[in-house]
Amino acid sequence: MNAIILSAIWGVVMMYTGVVTKKKSTPKVVAILGILLLITANWLEYAGLPFFNVHTGGMLAFTSFGLVFNLVAFTATLFYFLLSGSDMEDVGDNVADYFALIFFVLCGVSIATSFASLLMLFLGIEIMTIPLYILAASDKRNLKSNEAALKYFLMGTFSTGLMLMGIAFLYGASGTFYTEGLNLGFGSLTPMVMAGMVLLMISMAFKVSAAPFHFWTPDVYDGTPTVFTSFMATIVKAAAFIAFLRLFENAFGKMHSEWQLLIAIITALTLIIGNLTAVFQQSVKRMLAYSSIAQAGFMLLAVFALNNTGKQGLILYAAAYSLATIGVFAVLIKMKDYTFEGFNGLAKYQPLLAALLTIFLLSLAGIPLTAGFFAKYYMLVAALKNGQMFWLVIVGILSAAVSIYYYFRVIQAMYFKEGKDPEIHVSEGFKTILLVAALIIIILGIHPDWLLNLLNN
Amino acid sequence: MPVNYYIFLSVALFCIGIAGVLTRRNAIVIFMCIELMLNAVNILLVAFSKMHHLAGLAADAGSRAGSEGQMFVFFIMVVAAAEVTVGLAIIVMMYRNIHSVDINFLNRLKH
Repeated sequence: MNAIILSAIWGVVMMYTGVVTKKKSTPKVVAILGILLLITANWLEYAGLPFFNVHTGGMLAFTSFGLVFNLVAFTATLFYFLLSGSDMEDVGDNVADYFALIFFVLCGVSIATSFASLLMLFLGIEIMTIPLYILAASDKRNLKSNEAALKYFLMGTFSTGLMLMGIAFLYGASGTFYTEGLNLGFGSLTPMVMAGMVLLMISMAFKVSAAPFHFWTPDVYDGTPTVFTSFMATIVKAAAFIAFLRLFENAFGKMHSEWQLLIAIITALTLIIGNLTAVFQQSVKRMLAYSSIAQAGFMLLAVFALNNTGKQGLILYAAAYSLATIGVFAVLIKMKDYTFEGFNGLAKYQPLLAALLTIFLLSLAGIPLTAGFFAKYYMLVAALKNGQMFWLVIVGILSAAVSIYYYFRVIQAMYFKEGKDPEIHVSEGFKTILLVAALIIIILGIHPDWLLNLLNN
Repeated sequence: MPVNYYIFLSVALFCIGIAGVLTRRNAIVIFMCIELMLNAVNILLVAFSKMHHLAGLAADAGSRAGSEGQMFVFFIMVVAAAEVTVGLAIIVMMYRNIHSVDINFLNRLKH
């Protein structure tokens, strides 16, 4: 509850910051203060000291799973603000408003990670996505930004419509919106429940951009100003996954075997399509968009397996993927040329930056000693423990092998190709923060238990 | 009236909305079709709410079962209004730049 209330309040504070001060650098400082406050408040709630005791009628349930994810999401946002916060000043004049919108998104994230009623799921997802439509459109004169915003908006509201229809069907079948009350037993799959469940699955697949509902993702991620793509593709996507997992565990957990095949097909398609299309991309930004689809395939394995290992893996995956992608995007924003050729010879001119970028890319590819390895490992173990459909694990391993190709293309361009100086201007502070992010990724790659032990509280 | 009629009506409206979204080219019309989908859901929720209420009354005269369905409808209206403000702003922004609301324009990013 701390995180929900404080993030909403801090969003309003950010809006007033924009009114009070005209200096472009102030909002970033206020935003960093706010995110530190959110991390502390969330930690206190995790430790059993909530500030607010709001009676929600059982509509919100704060479990350690949701709170630990909040912690991961807020920490990733802190790194995002520190690394890319000043780049928001280049997008437009309303810097404070962009930060305010991001805080509103975080409010939606904290609702989506703690819902116990379909009403809260709907509100959480909507609070999460509506500010993103605005952020996607923030570069008002740029036609690509316009196009991305309109596409994102139409796809987003369309999938919301599907989700609402699903919720209405489930309500008709069971007479309640509580996920606990919905927990229908094996064999209670009437046509109405089935229609509701499939519609919910499709709409969640839209939100997490799983194939075959992924077609909007590359265009939207490509057109959105790169600073906001970084946020959209990481924290928001991971939060949507937590909502997906919570929904299917709490509401449909008992008839797991009846929808498992459906989700297995979605997972396999996402893995194959995401990885194979990423291979053919010429722009690193578009490659990252497809890679986010491919990574979504791995995160879907947690929903497929629906066991404890999968839940642990999802938290680890969210941390590894968010940090690494934010790091790669933070460097990408500084580049003028987004193609693979733009990275040629980067190691010669910016050795530290290239080395850190390599660590992030290795983590995304799932190489041992980085957090990405254990994240993928947990996911595959979860799918194996599930004991069914081994072919999905094989598809996962094969697509992880394919993914190495396109991540290593960037590394190869940086180290083994000659190019002219990309003229990147980054401060020492930027490099230090990037170094800390890379260190966290390596530490999580050696001791994933340090993060996962938090779940046992 | 049996609840089936309401289900048929709202599923029909919902399908008209989906067909509109998938076939129309004008952003405003697509937007109206999405609103149609949301309102189909509203009808369905109210119908189910009444159905559950009647079932609750049969069991217990003071029952308030089914009221949450109507509450949900209010939330959908509020969220739909928020979506309209953002969506129309995006469409107006697009119109200012290209003087058209045709979504064929949206194929520019493909390559």
